[in-house]
Amino acid sequence: MKRLKNFLFLLMAVPVIAVASEEGPRLDKAPVNLSDQASLQRGARMFVNYCLNCHSAVSMRYSRMQDLGLTEDQIKENLMFAAEKPGETMTVGMDKKEAKNWFGSAPPDLSVIARARGSDWLYTYLRGFYRDDTRPTGWNNVVFPKVAMPHVLWSLQGEMVPVMKKEGEHEVIERLELAKPGSVTLAEYDAMVGDLVNYLTWMGEPAQLERKQLGLFVLAFLAFFFVVAYYLKKEFWKDVH
Amino acid sequence: MSALQKMMGWVDDRFPLTATYKAHLSEYYAPKNFNFWYFFGSLALLVLVMQIVTGIFLTMNYKPDSMLAFASVEYIMRDVDWGWLIRYMHSTGASMFFVVVYLHMFRGLMYGSYRKPRELIWIFGVLIYLALMAEAFLGYLLPWGQMSYWGAQVIVNLFAAVPFIGDDLSIWIRGDYVISDATLNRFFAFHVIALPLVLIALVAVHLVALHEVGSNNPDGIEIKKKKDANGIPLDGIPFHPYYTVKDIVGVIVFLMVFSAIVFFGPTMGGYFLEANNFIPADPLKTPPHIAPLWYFTPFYAILRAVPPMFGSQFPGVVAMGMSIVLIFFLPWLDRGKVKSIRYRGPIYKIMLALFIVSFVGLGYLGLLPPSPVATIIAQTFSVIYFLFFLLMPWYTSIDKTKPEPERVTG
Repeated sequence: MKRLKNFLFLLMAVPVIAVASEEGPRLDKAPVNLSDQASLQRGARMFVNYCLNCHSAVSMRYSRMQDLGLTEDQIKENLMFAAEKPGETMTVGMDKKEAKNWFGSAPPDLSVIARARGSDWLYTYLRGFYRDDTRPTGWNNVVFPKVAMPHVLWSLQGEMVPVMKKEGEHEVIERLELAKPGSVTLAEYDAMVGDLVNYLTWMGEPAQLERKQLGLFVLAFLAFFFVVAYYLKKEFWKDVH
Repeated sequence: MSALQKMMGWVDDRFPLTATYKAHLSEYYAPKNFNFWYFFGSLALLVLVMQIVTGIFLTMNYKPDSMLAFASVEYIMRDVDWGWLIRYMHSTGASMFFVVVYLHMFRGLMYGSYRKPRELIWIFGVLIYLALMAEAFLGYLLPWGQMSYWGAQVIVNLFAAVPFIGDDLSIWIRGDYVISDATLNRFFAFHVIALPLVLIALVAVHLVALHEVGSNNPDGIEIKKKKDANGIPLDGIPFHPYYTVKDIVGVIVFLMVFSAIVFFGPTMGGYFLEANNFIPADPLKTPPHIAPLWYFTPFYAILRAVPPMFGSQFPGVVAMGMSIVLIFFLPWLDRGKVKSIRYRGPIYKIMLALFIVSFVGLGYLGLLPPSPVATIIAQTFSVIYFLFFLLMPWYTSIDKTKPEPERVTG
């Protein structure tokens, strides 16, 4: 009996461990809405302007942005700076080895970054840079400590500094505060990053809207087929007792 | 005689077409009392076919080359017509294969389907399960993501724990000192040719053995003991059309679940496709937490539950191996007077419930990073797992069983 009690106690401990294992900084919810084409287009422009100089997206073709409601000419004129044809993929000229020398690690390809990191992580990360003079770039990040990438969007967001609080023995960052304003307000900056993350989420799997749409048809067909099959089975099994 | 009958006669003189059709479908008498649990055998066959067909199409665009593999999978996802659908069907199919097979095996445990005269069916089945695990493990390296790479590294390193020959053995398996292009190429060869052939052959003998002795049923009694004047079991019905039309209903319900995953949540929150596997393999960056996919985690948890002895991980590897080997011996460990759980006594029911709790619990613990508390729970569950098998000859023979019915019920 005692053993059974112990065993039940152990069973009760399982969910506790599950909660305990969820660590890491708290992430903000990214405003992802893949049916908002205007947001995706704004995000695409941010991506080619700010990210696509160092980061590649080798699996992504420029022409695929037609799915965002853009014509091939619009893509050519507004979004293609480093490619000749819309069918090309988003490569960059930066050499990986040299980049590693400059930054300490080569900028990762961003084709599926939203699938690897998650949209919420990206949204928090891009809004989580703060001034840190101990870092070679002068920047640090709340969700990616000692990150190699400098704050590329600083001219927009401005300079943030951390507000610390005591937590037991350690000092931890409570929140970030604006020290030197950028060219847009923080609310505007959040919206811009939201657009960019929305685009990155879409780029991680451009077929995802089509996938969900097709899924509805498939499930509707199967539901209809189920009714037919169910009555067919009933008819055949009438004589089994 | 019609032209069709004439043609059939011509074929039958040269190949046993009609005889095979009768023996396995129209005159294969299955018990009439199959319930929900009897869908999963035919569903496993369906998933096998689906994996082979989608696998063939994936092979047309996949590049088994460490420089190209990751990008070729993304090429399939984006540029190949319907590539995303084929790839998701294959990745979802891998996990759903295990879902179906685990439920199929649980059915066998509940109704004593492994007992005499079906020992060989069970053994062929466990071999299928082993081949399936190998197939899944080899296939998981192919996308060449971080989890592919480091998961393979961990599993191949298990072989390195074998005393004396371990290091040479692991190098022989990898074809290199680390997981590399050579490893990817040989895993690809085994994944697309060797193991599918083994699987198909094993499934064939599993079915031949089943149709030789006939199916068990939820009552665990032999329907062949009571036959009518024509030698047909009184409680048997021809597989075709009765179970073919019934299985179609099962197939559709299964496909609805399958489609819901493929179209609306193909990663299943990281359980079917891990987020880290969208980062290309990097031999210089070890991920902080390496967990195998969910279908391996019960055994992974047993491996981690055994502490290293004499500075060697080998005891854990042996325990993990034994946890699978024991399954083969089930037909001879069970001394119960009845087969089905319906007529078993309370001891077996409690033991089976504890076993299932332990197995699922181990599966859950195997997903988590190790911690002292988790290790103690995993050790408890591992002991229960082994006791279920090792004490079986004793507790099944003393259990108070109920009398079996003469004919199948409900």
